[in-house]
Amino acid sequence: MVHDFGFIWYIALTDGIVSSILLAAACWLINNNLRYYQPGKGSYINLLMWCLSLAGICTAGCRWIIPYLSISTVYMHFLSQSLTIRFFTDFLAIGWMAMISMLWYSQQDHKQTEKRKSEAEKLARDAELYNLRQQLQPHFLFNSLNSINALIGFKPNEARKMIHQLSDFLRGTLKKDDQLLVPLNDELQHLNLYLDIEKVRFGHRLDTEISCDKHCGEGLLPSMLLQPIVENAIKFGLYDTTEKVTVSIRGEIEGNNLVIMVQNPYDPQTSRPKGTGFGLRGVQRRLYLLFARNDLMETHQNDNIFTTIIKIPQV
Amino acid sequence: MKRALVIDDEPLARMVVLEYLQAFSDQIEVMQECNDGFEGLKAIHQHQPDLIFLDVQMPKINGFEMLELVENQPSVIFTTAFDEYAIKAFEAHAIDYLLKPFSKDRFNKAVEKYLAQLPAAKQNKQTEELLEAVSSSPAQHERIVVKTGTKVKIIPVSDVIYLQADDDYVSVFTQEGSYLKNKTMNFFEQTLDPRYFVRVHRSYMVAIQQITRIDPYEKDSHLAILKSGAKIPVSKTGYVKLKQVLGI
Repeated sequence: MVHDFGFIWYIALTDGIVSSILLAAACWLINNNLRYYQPGKGSYINLLMWCLSLAGICTAGCRWIIPYLSISTVYMHFLSQSLTIRFFTDFLAIGWMAMISMLWYSQQDHKQTEKRKSEAEKLARDAELYNLRQQLQPHFLFNSLNSINALIGFKPNEARKMIHQLSDFLRGTLKKDDQLLVPLNDELQHLNLYLDIEKVRFGHRLDTEISCDKHCGEGLLPSMLLQPIVENAIKFGLYDTTEKVTVSIRGEIEGNNLVIMVQNPYDPQTSRPKGTGFGLRGVQRRLYLLFARNDLMETHQNDNIFTTIIKIPQV
Repeated sequence: MKRALVIDDEPLARMVVLEYLQAFSDQIEVMQECNDGFEGLKAIHQHQPDLIFLDVQMPKINGFEMLELVENQPSVIFTTAFDEYAIKAFEAHAIDYLLKPFSKDRFNKAVEKYLAQLPAAKQNKQTEELLEAVSSSPAQHERIVVKTGTKVKIIPVSDVIYLQADDDYVSVFTQEGSYLKNKTMNFFEQTLDPRYFVRVHRSYMVAIQQITRIDPYEKDSHLAILKSGAKIPVSKTGYVKLKQVLGI
């Protein structure tokens, strides 16, 4: 174009190359800037200022750099005459670039947020499914049904009794709202249903001792908190040893706390070295969420006895 | 007459099997009922049964771990209530299994299939493949079950110092002594956690936490000195692997 105005090719090319490089640098700068910083609704004016000043810098660049490369008075005159138009062309180009990159990056951003959101939803769904499955306890359920299947043949009355126990237990599990605080007595009643079923399955090996006086029976605890602890105790007790197993549950009021201790035998030789299972971690997490304290559950292992102690502050 | 054992830790579950088996009383005789894998091992040794009904989840050692310790494997019909991993393994190896609670019809089918049986050799091969598959399950990574004489020993993997190939067996060395396991070195290389165990030599695998230092030995080879004082040869490729794991 500059050539058309009657300048020699050398001057035209230098002009063209220098202004293009400057413009490209400005565009790159604004594009990069927008990649990491998306202007909020109110700060578009800032962006405008940016574009203006970049256009200014480009034009000024042309004004100062080109004379170094080619000196011709006619051309200098032409250059200073065309500065305004150069400025506006630069401004338009940079503004255009800014707009495109803004749209592009905000769309990218949007896509990523969507992706993160769907991932988070998937995680939540998985956790919920896991919880549901835990509540159903398929292993416990199918084995109990198998025991009923056996009893039907020769002890139909006991089979019937076990069906009732199992139904009551499942109904109780479904009804429970785990946000609620319930008296220990209620919780023990529900637990007893579970223990009775386990005793039908493992009658020859499983014994339970529950001690809790009238006073501590009225102590409040989050519902279904004791269940995973006792399940854990029974699982460890029954699958870690081959002898008779006594699981004991003791409740006490100590000062302002309801203290519950669950004990089961275990074998330190064959136990998984990890110690606390997933069930117990869940209990600890719940206690933390409810009372914002991490010291409410402890476990001890000695003399082949595994002890879990939980404290529930009473209000 | 076929000789059978019923191995399950729940008495009522055994009773179902016994009840259903009465229909086959002219073909199958139940020699004994067993409460757990240890009793099962003893009874298998004593009665040399043709068929066992085996529960998977049992105290101390599960059904698979028990089978690993049996030398002449009988035919097995597995019974389990719920064990995703085991069920996948059964299906992959076309082995018959009963999901508790199972119906009489389903049970009869399994037994008839056994009676109309494939050659014993083929069955054994299937069972072996199944055990191989099961022992690479995450639950089995934490311990090694071995037999010493008539006793069963459960070794937590954290107690293992090193492993040494020994003909068709592998010797598992712990503080208390060494135990033979009828598995190959390749098997252990696949199942043990590669962050803690490195195969430093064709015939050796070492728990890296046990290594105190590594000395140059002959041309291209090294010696790993363990806390217990044992000296383990390290081959050229073993040294490369070791350096990778230790990050040096």
